[in-house]
Amino acid sequence: MIKSMGKKRSIVKKAREDLQRIIETCKSVEVKGLDPYLVDVEDLIRAIREYFPNWEKIEDLCLDTEALNHIASIVKMQGEWVKNRATALYRDPFLIEEKISGLPLEDIVEIFLESWRPIVEFEQLTINSFSEALRYWSELSPLSERWQRIGFTKTDLQTVTHEDVVKEGFLSSESFFEDLESLWRELKEAASVKGKVEYWDFIGSDTYEETVKRAYLTSFLITYGYAILEIHHLEEEIFILPNEKPSEKKGESISFPISINFEEWVKWREERKA
Amino acid sequence: MERGEKGLSRKAYYASKIKRAVHLLFYKRHSMPGARGWELRKAIGSDYPKIINLLDKYLERLDLTIKQVFEEEASPPEKPTPEQYDKARFYVALRSGFTSRDLKLIGWRIDDLAALCASIAYIISKGGKAQRKDLEDLLKNKIPGWRVDIDLNRFVRSGYLIEDENGQIYLGWRTRAEVDQKKLVDLLLKTEIESPAQKWGNHPGEYKF
Repeated sequence: MIKSMGKKRSIVKKAREDLQRIIETCKSVEVKGLDPYLVDVEDLIRAIREYFPNWEKIEDLCLDTEALNHIASIVKMQGEWVKNRATALYRDPFLIEEKISGLPLEDIVEIFLESWRPIVEFEQLTINSFSEALRYWSELSPLSERWQRIGFTKTDLQTVTHEDVVKEGFLSSESFFEDLESLWRELKEAASVKGKVEYWDFIGSDTYEETVKRAYLTSFLITYGYAILEIHHLEEEIFILPNEKPSEKKGESISFPISINFEEWVKWREERKA
Repeated sequence: MERGEKGLSRKAYYASKIKRAVHLLFYKRHSMPGARGWELRKAIGSDYPKIINLLDKYLERLDLTIKQVFEEEASPPEKPTPEQYDKARFYVALRSGFTSRDLKLIGWRIDDLAALCASIAYIISKGGKAQRKDLEDLLKNKIPGWRVDIDLNRFVRSGYLIEDENGQIYLGWRTRAEVDQKKLVDLLLKTEIESPAQKWGNHPGEYKF
């Protein structure tokens, strides 16, 4: 009995080592970009299948899964390798290497110049951009003031409750739902032409404090279903679309943080002025 | 008379759109030059492909062209959809290319450019990625080691190559935009390597090693 247990233990130990070896082999092919057909996938799968009945511990099963995962990556690489060989661009790497080593630099450059069409870029100061920059410079407050002003924003991110906002004097407790209603009406009016309005154009106001207040109320409009956010990731644009009636929540809700910091507001104000 | 005025205002309309497109395409506004299709649409309207074609025809006289690089770079669409146009990147590039005499004008040393060419060709031959170490070994055959490092870092910085955290090197956005990869590989394979004796015999006094 003891002898058979000892035998089983040694089989498990060997199997573990083999799985580790399989993982290492696959990893080195993946990282070094070696020919994936150097790996005999069928052989590895056969070994994994053979060892599978020995696994009892969860760690061993994890090792088994990891090995399978790496083999799957190799199979994927083999697919890509075949695809690459089938493209018009494929040429024997050995031939290319030989040419690169054998040709003088001048000939290599001649060849490159025939297939190279560099991009044209300009860098130039215009009178308009210069006067714009001057205007910005004259309006820019001294560093000591700016650092003082943004000092309070350099704290950790925290959530704000309705009570906190009332306490800070941004909102009065009685008017919260009235404010929300009036903002909803305003949103519907602003979006009456296009059906939507750009986020910053809606929340942005003449003062930073008012902008924060509008952003805060707008987040409630969205949470309570009075409006929805439309996010265009590619264009980095965010729109708000008002709902005619507060919509019932369907599906899982997600939170989407939007930074309303002082610099963003100054930038928006500058753009609006321009 | 009215017809003439209409024609004039149409001309003025296109002229102003073309000017706007020139500003967007020639001047760098992000870390990368050129503009995305959606940026052009936003600035010059939904008929921007037509404006780009008009500008391209105009630039032909100056030996320049507008190059479109689509996201599906392996097989660029024959008839791109508006969505594909929106995601594509548009650049102004040279139409006919340089000669080796122009090299000094564009600020490239001949050995740096040869190293770039060798790197690109080698990566293409390796199926789009290669180990930095292998590439360094290849380049060290012809240029000093300290220069190889500087060159590779420069190629990565300017977008010709991309390096990942495992030391693998890939072709970057600038190579895709500027280099005709198929032509490069074909030309390289077509060129005969002359033996030193052949060279000496063909061009006495012009031996290049």
